[in-house]
Amino acid sequence: MSDYAIVTKALTKRFGHFTATDAITFEVAKGEIFGFLGANGAGKTTAMRMLCGLLTPTSGEAIIAGYNIYTQTEQVKKRIGYMSQKFSLYEDLTVKENIRFYGGIYGLNYRQIKSKTAELLQKLQLEREARQLVSSLPLGWKQKLAFSIAVIHDPSIVFLDEPTGGVDPITRRQFWDLIYEAADSGVTVFVTTHYMDEAEYCDRISIMVDGKIKALDTPGRLKAQFGADSMNEVFLQLARAKSS
Amino acid sequence: MRTIFFILQKEFLQIFRNRIMLPIIFVVPVVQLLVLAFAANYEIKHLSIDIVDQDQSTWSRQLRDKLLASGYFSLHRQTHSTKEAYADLEGGRADLILNIPRHFERDLVRENKAQLQMLVNAINGSKAGLANGYALSIINSFNRSIRLNWLALKENDGPEHFDVSYRYWFNPDMNYKYFMVPGILVVLVTLIGAFLSGMNIVKEKEMGTIEQLNVTPIRKHHFIIGKLMPFWIIALFELAFGMIVGKLVFGLPFVGNIAWIYLFAAIYLLVMLGLGLLISTFTDTQQQSMFISWFFMIIFILMSGLFTPIESMPEWAQRITLFNPVAYFVKMIRMVMLKGSGWADIRYYFGVMLLFAAVLNSVAIWNYRKRV
Repeated sequence: MSDYAIVTKALTKRFGHFTATDAITFEVAKGEIFGFLGANGAGKTTAMRMLCGLLTPTSGEAIIAGYNIYTQTEQVKKRIGYMSQKFSLYEDLTVKENIRFYGGIYGLNYRQIKSKTAELLQKLQLEREARQLVSSLPLGWKQKLAFSIAVIHDPSIVFLDEPTGGVDPITRRQFWDLIYEAADSGVTVFVTTHYMDEAEYCDRISIMVDGKIKALDTPGRLKAQFGADSMNEVFLQLARAKSS
Repeated sequence: MRTIFFILQKEFLQIFRNRIMLPIIFVVPVVQLLVLAFAANYEIKHLSIDIVDQDQSTWSRQLRDKLLASGYFSLHRQTHSTKEAYADLEGGRADLILNIPRHFERDLVRENKAQLQMLVNAINGSKAGLANGYALSIINSFNRSIRLNWLALKENDGPEHFDVSYRYWFNPDMNYKYFMVPGILVVLVTLIGAFLSGMNIVKEKEMGTIEQLNVTPIRKHHFIIGKLMPFWIIALFELAFGMIVGKLVFGLPFVGNIAWIYLFAAIYLLVMLGLGLLISTFTDTQQQSMFISWFFMIIFILMSGLFTPIESMPEWAQRITLFNPVAYFVKMIRMVMLKGSGWADIRYYFGVMLLFAAVLNSVAIWNYRKRV
C-alpha cells in the first residue's frame, strides 16, 4: 500500500480516432485536495469518469484507494463518493428519503442511517426541510446536500465534477468549508472546476489541455513558474498556447 | 438483498408520488373494461336494408315482414326502382339490397322455385358477412315454412335442406363480453408490464441519476430487479382488480382455476418486463421508449386473437403469432376462464412462456450495460 489515494500511469481513452485523454500520469496523496482544471472539451470529465469506473480506459493503469479499476471495480465503488453538478439527488424524493436511499445502497444499517441523517440535517441546518421534496430546495442547498450524501459512507476519495456551478459566491464559500472539513477528516478530494478562485483553495492542481496534463503543482509554484499573479493568468497562458 | 429493498422502497415512493400513477392504476382498467367490453361487440343489429319489391305479392310482403321482424334489419327504403336502391348502396345509406323480381310468387307456385337477388355492401367485410348470413337464414326459414304450409308439400317430397340443430359450448348465450373481458385483462397487464417498466428505467437515464447509481456499489441485477419488481407487483394487483370488476359488472364466469391464470400471469409479466428492459437499453428518453413500446404493443394486441380470430389470418401471419406472447395469454385465459381447462391443456402455453421469458431476459440483461 502506498500513501497515494490515486495513482495513474499513461491512462488513455480513445473514442474512435479521437483521443479524449492522452496518457495522463499523476498521483494524488491521501487527504489532499486535488484540483483538476481544463477548458471545456480538454478531457477532464473523461478522465474523471474512468477513475470512477463509469468508463473503461483504452489503455494505461489506475489504482484507486489501492484497488485496480479494471479488476476490482466493486471495491473501488465502495470507497469512492461522486457528485456532479447536474444530477445526483432524486427531485421527487424528500431530503430524508434521499439520505436514506443512498445510505441504504452504500450498505449502512438502520442505526447508522438514522444517526447520519440527524447529524447531516443538523450540520446543513436542514432540519425543518427534512420532509420537503428536494425539488423545492434552492440550488445551493441541493449542492451542499448532494455533497454530504456523496460522503455519507465515509469514502476514501470523493470525486466532485464542477460541484459549484451556478451558485452565488457565499454559497460557494460555504460549500468549500464542507470540502475542507471532509479533507481534514482524511478524505481525498478530487475536484474539477471552472472557477479560478476555487483553484486557489486546492492543495495542488493540474491543468489539462487537449487531453494532456500541461501543468501540475501547488497554486503558488504554478504562479511562480508562469510568472503570473493569479491562477487565472496561468490558465489563460496555457490555453492560449494551445490556440497559437 | 438489502440493496434491493432500498431500491424498491425508493421506487414505490416515486411511483405513488407521481400524480398520474394512481389514476393509471385504478381508473384506466375500469374505463378500459367498461368501454371496450361494451364496444367490441360482434353482433350487429339494425342493418339498413333496401327492399326492391317488383312483385308486390302476398308472399313478397311476407318475406319482407319476416326480415324486418327479425330485429337484425331496419328498412331504409322500399321501392320499385333498382336504380334508387343502387344509389343508396353506393352512397352508404343502405348496407344491403334485397331484390325480389317480378313473378316471384307465380314462379314459386308454378315452378316450385324462385330467384332472389341480394347485394351487400362489403366495405366492412365482417359486417357484410353477418348481413349475408342473417338474411340467408331468414330466407331459408321463410322457404321452409312456405314449402310446408302453403305449398303443402309433403316432407318426404325431397326436402332440399337439412335442419342442423346447434348449441354453443362454453359460452351458451354467445355473450361477447365473456369473450372480450378476459382478453382486455390481458391487455391491461401487458400495458403496465411493458410500457411503464421500460419508461421507469429510461427515466433514470433521462434525469441523469443513473450516473450517480453507476458509481455506487449497486450491482446490475439489484438495479434491474429493483426497477422492475414494482411493476410486476402492480400488474398482478391490477389483474386481480380487473377480475373483480369483471365479476361484479359482467358476471364473468370463472369455470377454471384462477390460480393457473395467476401463475401464468406471473411468468407472462416476466416476458413483458424483459421486453420493457430490452427497449430501455436501446433508448435514452421516455418518449423514445414509449414510442417503441407502442409499436410492439399495437402489433402484439392486434395479432393476439383478441379482436379477430388468429385462425382467420393468412398463413404467414399465423406463423408470426407464434412469437406473440399476448396471443398465448389471451388464448390461455379464455380457456381457463370459460372452459375450465386444466394443467394438461395449458402446460404447452406455460412452456412457451417460460422459454420467452428466459430468452428475452437473457438478451435484455446481456444488452444492459452498467458501464455506459
